Amino acid sequence: MTNTTTSRQVKINQIGLGKSEYKGNPTTLCKGCGHNSISSQIIAACYEMDLVPENIVKFSGIGCSSKSPTYFLNRSFGFNSLHGRMPSLATGALLADHSVKGIAVSGDGDTASIGMGQFKHVIRRNLSMVYIIENNGVYGLTKGQFSATAETGLKLKAQGTNPYMPIDIAWEALVGHATFVARSFAGDPKQVKEIIKAALHHDGIAVLDIISPCVTFNNKDESVHSYAWGKEHEVALHDLSYVPPAEDILVEYQPGEATAVTMHDGSKVFLKKLEQDYDPTDRAAAMHILEEANAKQWLLTGLIFISPEQPSMADIYRLPDTPLNRLPEDRLRPPRESIDKINDLMF
Amino acid sequence: MAETQPALQEQTTLAVHPMINDFSITVGTENGSGSQTSNLTILRALFKMGIPVSGKNIFPSNIQGLPTWYTIRVNKDGFLARREEQEIVIAMNPASFEKDLQEVVPGGAFFYADHIKQKINRQDIAIYPMPVKRLARESDAPSNLRNYVANMVYVGILAQNLGIDLDTTYQALNFHFKGRTKPIDLNFNVITAAIDWAAENLEKTDPYRVEPMDETKNYIMTDGNTAAALGSIYGGIQFVSWYPITPASSLPEGINHYLPILRQDPIQPDKNTFAVVQAEDELAAIGMAIGAGWAGLRSMTATSGPGLSLMAEYAGLANFAEVPVVVWDVQRAGPSTGLPTRTSQNDLIFTYFLGHGDTQNIILLPGSINECFEFGWRSFDIAERLQTIIFVLSDLDYGMNQWMALPFEYPDQPMDRGKVLWEEDIEKLKGDWGRYRDVDGDGIAYRTIMGNRHPSAAYFTRGTGHNEDARYTEEPEDWVNLLARLKKKHDNAPDILPKPVIQTMQGTEIGIIGFGSTEPAIQEARHNLAEEGVNTDFMRIRAIPFSPEVQTFIEEHPRNYVIEINRDGQMKQLLTLEYPELALNLISAAYFDGMPLTAKQVQGAIQSGEGK
Repeated sequence: MTNTTTSRQVKINQIGLGKSEYKGNPTTLCKGCGHNSISSQIIAACYEMDLVPENIVKFSGIGCSSKSPTYFLNRSFGFNSLHGRMPSLATGALLADHSVKGIAVSGDGDTASIGMGQFKHVIRRNLSMVYIIENNGVYGLTKGQFSATAETGLKLKAQGTNPYMPIDIAWEALVGHATFVARSFAGDPKQVKEIIKAALHHDGIAVLDIISPCVTFNNKDESVHSYAWGKEHEVALHDLSYVPPAEDILVEYQPGEATAVTMHDGSKVFLKKLEQDYDPTDRAAAMHILEEANAKQWLLTGLIFISPEQPSMADIYRLPDTPLNRLPEDRLRPPRESIDKINDLMF
Repeated sequence: MAETQPALQEQTTLAVHPMINDFSITVGTENGSGSQTSNLTILRALFKMGIPVSGKNIFPSNIQGLPTWYTIRVNKDGFLARREEQEIVIAMNPASFEKDLQEVVPGGAFFYADHIKQKINRQDIAIYPMPVKRLARESDAPSNLRNYVANMVYVGILAQNLGIDLDTTYQALNFHFKGRTKPIDLNFNVITAAIDWAAENLEKTDPYRVEPMDETKNYIMTDGNTAAALGSIYGGIQFVSWYPITPASSLPEGINHYLPILRQDPIQPDKNTFAVVQAEDELAAIGMAIGAGWAGLRSMTATSGPGLSLMAEYAGLANFAEVPVVVWDVQRAGPSTGLPTRTSQNDLIFTYFLGHGDTQNIILLPGSINECFEFGWRSFDIAERLQTIIFVLSDLDYGMNQWMALPFEYPDQPMDRGKVLWEEDIEKLKGDWGRYRDVDGDGIAYRTIMGNRHPSAAYFTRGTGHNEDARYTEEPEDWVNLLARLKKKHDNAPDILPKPVIQTMQGTEIGIIGFGSTEPAIQEARHNLAEEGVNTDFMRIRAIPFSPEVQTFIEEHPRNYVIEINRDGQMKQLLTLEYPELALNLISAAYFDGMPLTAKQVQGAIQSGEGK
């Protein structure tokens, strides 16, 4: 259905909203940042699914990715909370009105370093929420430090060699009994939008591990603005005031295919899209295929696992139809007659 | 029950106190042995005899096998604080036998399990051996319960010696075992067998006994955590998240227990109008509680000192972003892991300033079991009215011990949900509103709640700098305005916080300032001092920031003794900070050995301060 105006046609969706109703404030992230691409797909997915913005709530932790909820869905409530502590806040909030859909945005530090505990436990509880990790640490470097997702033995000129085991966020979600696990790459907007839509449909926790390249913290020695260059030329990191505009890194590859993607700093990641006929309901198979891919240092993309029948937290808590935050006093404060009964229960 | 006349002539007694309904009992047992049941039975039996009585668990941080003590105070005048002197000691534990023996005052009575073969080298006390193992064996308890019911032997022997009523003893068992006749009868039979044995074999040579009174008829008996749990439910609690920690756990457990009883929804009886979540740690507990409070629920968590340390970051966010939430701190002795099973009032400073940057918090200080109930519901009204985090500071002594209390009173005002805009309200404003606009001039803005479907209702909450419309800003003017408004909101809070309770005697220069569980010791001390001609006025502070009455009281007394259970005199510090010009009127009387306060300690502080 479209409205015609005198000069242009404004497209609207089935509930009569134009795409602009799903937008947020202009981004303050760097041009070419993968997070911006993901924000665009969140907007597109919600618009195309005819979701009412007021029926959505946004959560985030702290970090570049956690800034992004201001860049989409201005008409939805949002809470930019604390580093690594967003899942608990989302849990309390979503129980207050379980008819509101939660979209949470986090990063690999926010989720896999400081937030590891809350990440695992929100998965255990199967809180019904779309949980997006905008993961820029997968190739091993964020702001000059190793990410928890860095592979063992990765060498960084200014850091040395990473002696520790890597954390694979999708794997951790699967092992933790997440009822929906998917991975994608910010530069594959079609796939990103697909998995976001699937996640929005899912009643339970939906973990989306989305590789999202960082444009700013280059580590290539030859690059004029790498961290190593800065150290050598005694330029403090925060003095690197010139961030060259970068373009989004885009990929296109088919189900079953693998592709190598060159990041802004010259490192490569290898993406493998799951086959068209891959069955995502078999958890053991999912673990096996993830492990296989990891051994080859490939990142598997697509819908890795889904289990739609598990009860979500709202089911477990047997909440009434009226949202808890709309209950009137007479459904919250016990009646006056009850106080005698309570006193009798005491000794 | 056979009566024996006390053989007073043979006493070498130096007993100072009268001997009827006025003494203290200590029971020394091994923890995990089931002595809790027997001790509570004694306590409750005395209570139902109409005698004012209190009981305190002095227990180790351990599950099984270490010495533990229960101290019961019987006092016809209703003075129920702990006492240093113990007239009667019951020793069931070889590990503490020697120490327990030395506890008894000269002229007192010492009961002991006769299988303990340690030396008794005192001639100045009555000594009563108890054939605990034999009587336990002779009972019809199955062998795996024999050690448990063995404790009932001392209940019986003590009952026979003191004259504790058998009916009220049965009542106590009936309550404890919730009417289940099998365990009631099993335990009662051991008691009666012990009574019969004592009547036959023990000659009473101590002066202590109990006689029925009529002083407890209008009272109930319960613990502070249960009171707080019930009060919270009468406050319409909708969400509690928690992590187990001594001595707070029984508070959320109490909520969990009573919610299904008290909140049967009339509209959808098979659904829950609440959620109780045992979180994975205190970081998550406070996070969940704040999320729930932000989304419009009456929300709380309960913890103790170590948990509060973990909650600091989120607490600061709740204060700064103005999210209503209630946090109970049932205080125990810190710093660090400290003494998990000992009481204190040592989280005042930490809680008041909890959160980095310029932060002050609101604190409620319940001073009785009844106030634990009342603040249970009032704290939600205050949290939602002020849109902030409210700390309620109780302690182990109130939280975990059984106390006499007046019957709980139904809240005397409707629930105050504070300044909330729903769809119709936003519509009336034609969408022109801002989350942090001080439209009424009292520092408190209006909030909308997640789930509000009006297109102009949503806003983004953040811990970073924000302006009146909740937009991100780093502008100096916006920052100053925000912090100034938060301070204004805090400083105006005393208008709706509980005022101090002030009691005066005739013409005195001495003021006593206290709060929380020190009340019983202070009142007893005041009584004793008055008998010696030293009158005192007493102000019990019930909230911080302080109301003007606090300043007036300090001004009116040249010497104010600030009584508290911590090392550094934290309340005195806060008073000094707030009223620097009155600092010289304040004298610190701080005790911090982890034990509940005694009247002697208070009297001693005042007497030495007054140079007497």
